[in-house]
Amino acid sequence: MRYLPKSESDREVMLRQIGAKSIDDLFAAIPPEYRLKGDLKIPRAYAESEIVEFFRDCATGSAQGYATFLGAGAYSHYRPVVIDSLVSRGEFFTAYTPYQPEIAQGTLQSIFEFQTMICELTGMDVANASMYDGSTGAAEALMMAARLTGRHKSVVASSVHPEYREVITTYARYQGMPISTVAYSKNGRVDLSALEKGIDNETAGVLVQSPNFFGAIEDVAAIADLVHKKGALLIVSIAEAVSLGIVKPPVEADIVSMEAQSFGVPLGFGGPYCGVMATHDKFVRQMPGRLVGQTLDRNGKRGFVLTLSTREQHIRREKATSNICTNQALVALMCSIFMTVYGREGLKDLAKQNLAKAHYAAGEFKKAGATLLFEGAPRFNEFVIQTKTDSYAINDKLLGQRIIGGFPLKKFYPDLGNASLWCCTETTAKASIDAAAKQVAL
Amino acid sequence: MNKKIRKVTTHISQNEVLLFERSSAGKKAYELPPLDVPEVDPAKLLGAQARQDLGHMPEVSEVEIIRHFTRLSTWNYAVDHGMYPLGSCTMKYNPRVNEAVARLTGLAEAHPYQPERISQGALRILKMLSEQLIEITGMDAITLQPAAGAHGELTGILLVRAYLESLGNPRKKVLIPDSAHGTNPATAAMAGYAVENLKSNAAGMVDIASLVAQVNEDVAALMLTNPNTLGVFEQEIHKIAEVLHAKGALLYMDGANMNALVGKTRPGDFGVDVMHLNLHKTFSTPHGGGGPGSGPVACKKILEPFLPSPVVVTKPDGTLGFDYNRPQSLGRVRMFYGNFGMHIRALAYIMANGPDGLRQTTEDAVLNANYIRKGLEGAYDLPYKTPTMHEVVFSDHIQSQKGIKTGDIAKRLIDYGFHPYTVSFPLVVHGAIMIEPTESESKESCDMFIEAMKDIAEEVEEHPEFVLEAPHNTRISRLDETMAARKPILRWKPQSEAVGK
Repeated sequence: MRYLPKSESDREVMLRQIGAKSIDDLFAAIPPEYRLKGDLKIPRAYAESEIVEFFRDCATGSAQGYATFLGAGAYSHYRPVVIDSLVSRGEFFTAYTPYQPEIAQGTLQSIFEFQTMICELTGMDVANASMYDGSTGAAEALMMAARLTGRHKSVVASSVHPEYREVITTYARYQGMPISTVAYSKNGRVDLSALEKGIDNETAGVLVQSPNFFGAIEDVAAIADLVHKKGALLIVSIAEAVSLGIVKPPVEADIVSMEAQSFGVPLGFGGPYCGVMATHDKFVRQMPGRLVGQTLDRNGKRGFVLTLSTREQHIRREKATSNICTNQALVALMCSIFMTVYGREGLKDLAKQNLAKAHYAAGEFKKAGATLLFEGAPRFNEFVIQTKTDSYAINDKLLGQRIIGGFPLKKFYPDLGNASLWCCTETTAKASIDAAAKQVAL
Repeated sequence: MNKKIRKVTTHISQNEVLLFERSSAGKKAYELPPLDVPEVDPAKLLGAQARQDLGHMPEVSEVEIIRHFTRLSTWNYAVDHGMYPLGSCTMKYNPRVNEAVARLTGLAEAHPYQPERISQGALRILKMLSEQLIEITGMDAITLQPAAGAHGELTGILLVRAYLESLGNPRKKVLIPDSAHGTNPATAAMAGYAVENLKSNAAGMVDIASLVAQVNEDVAALMLTNPNTLGVFEQEIHKIAEVLHAKGALLYMDGANMNALVGKTRPGDFGVDVMHLNLHKTFSTPHGGGGPGSGPVACKKILEPFLPSPVVVTKPDGTLGFDYNRPQSLGRVRMFYGNFGMHIRALAYIMANGPDGLRQTTEDAVLNANYIRKGLEGAYDLPYKTPTMHEVVFSDHIQSQKGIKTGDIAKRLIDYGFHPYTVSFPLVVHGAIMIEPTESESKESCDMFIEAMKDIAEEVEEHPEFVLEAPHNTRISRLDETMAARKPILRWKPQSEAVGK
């Protein structure tokens, strides 16, 4: 076995040293009736070349060579080459959680930089070292709001990603946290009057997404006013992180829960991604997840450590802010490198290209005869169209031209009929937009 | 430096400032292609929602980015450097072919909502991994959706809850041994259960008599790590299962220590109803400095209807697809299908091993732990003499007579070129020294570790103050963690703002 650094004679010498006759002596604690007599029924060992061939075969015909208009919570952005060359360094990807800071400063400093950049982009004071993803992060943010307010109800906008809402439902069910949903208005934004009615003096947190699932940018300031008047906390979820290059950050929010996949993380059929939570200084002790802080060593030299761990499960056990332990450190590193490559000017330029492409596509689709839904709200790189033809049928035709069409909304919003959600990023070519426009007219 | 130190020597280590301290206006590391559609005016399209500026985001060049992160990386210890014997974390070798296949374009660039017609390869990976993990655990069904071990625990306990609810009574509490990981009680609380502590007996195992006394109709499940955190196999595991089942409660197994069992025995065969696996422990997916992980949950037939939605199914036309029509499902625990990138790597690992390779892996892991146990007995106190499997727990009892604690020995081990073992866990052992070498260590590397630990034991006798000051050879000395927690600095700020505050 090529991963095992022992010869048969090594094993014999070691067994002798231990005083065991055979390896089975070391498994004597397992009652004989439960010991496996034969081999596991799995395929024989493959050579490395066979493994590569198998996965190449699995990869064939998928994604490669297609133009895509899918967004809906997972975005196709160009990934600078330096990301993979750096995260492929074994010093990063074969290290563990930095519990021994003297030999983990690389990971610790990079997380500190990640926390800082997330703060800069979201306008919050403090960000954690990452969460599993945007969906679980949103659920954890609502639970955090409940701890902070001592209240128990949550209000969630129906324009929040439907899969996020499903996860929230699962998490909230046994926390004694009833969840109510608030509808969207004609322009696709949260219906403010419905929201106002939906919040009462037992509401802990209100969750909106911006840009929301339909691509509309919410009026976070107006929502925050309503929420704060009732003494509740506002959580803003951001699924398309690149939007922060050009869209005003949700500074009026109390907690920002982000999915940072757009920052250089491969689509990877849905994961691993990178959730992250940010908030105000005063709320930090109720925030879940690991945190890195700056300190000094015995010689007065700057260094970084995991800190405020009294919030966490290994200390607090059943009274912890969350059961979360593993996070997404390596994926957060990808995000950090992406944010650094683009930086202060590049994130703006990148976001502007996204804005231009989506604006052009929406215009072309409209010209071609599709109806634009939710007009009137500002949007970033996603928009919704209504077509006469079934959205799946349109996508079938486009697939023949090696174009993956927009996301059919009837899966989650049956009321919206043939409506579909289209996304354009900097990678979407004008030629693909023009080709797709021809089909949506039908 | 102690002349006896064989594994390492000092070398030049580059200093590196924070990214923000390297930034200056006008430097850049990107170039966008020319826009092929008309330019837009953000102020016009976004109005009041347009962003004005990006604050202190860095501006640096590409070469500086490469040097920055490369320098940072050299400050880390990693499995690629050598033995990383963190007990309960299973820091094994991360095969490179796993990384290569996970980055194949057709998999890395697959959108989770792309049509099933062009996702057959990805679905095949999910299906094959599911089937093989079911065989390895001896269970009947599985979900790959949970993102990590603790997330798998939550999913598993929610499965128990959904099942018991379907019978009419979700029950009130979950039993957890005092040796358990902190995630177990935190999980039970998140699933709405009260936590009741179960004491271990003198051998470090579940005490059957106490268990019988504690299990009643209020108990939903026992969460048990097997082998437990002392590295001890619960010999009476089948009796434990019987006691629970007789009262209608279920047995949850924390699979964190599955590296001691694969190919030798199967939890499904010895009475476990539901368990999670840590693909980033047993199945070689990299720890990545803290994540991502992946925590599939395998279960018995009775729990299958409640698994998270969707599940992979073979459709009437023979193609694979996702089934969302699961009326009894506990719901979703994560968007999309879980950490697919980790599923690819775990499958590649299982394929590289085959049945005999997996068994040999387990045997070598247990062999290494026992070899180290034998080598260190006498030099360090062994609080539980029960046979251990893939990890061994010593204590600092002998060294603490000289005022040296497990944490100090760990710091000195750094000077010898090793990553420390797990410090102060499990809580049932005072001053715990928890060592898990994994199968990835050769005999020579185990020997070198034993030698280092013995040298440190001698140093404790002769120069305890020297050990107390360790590490001596790292780029920074011990950090002031109290200061970090008392006045948290959790982000960089420009000098002017930092002072102003």
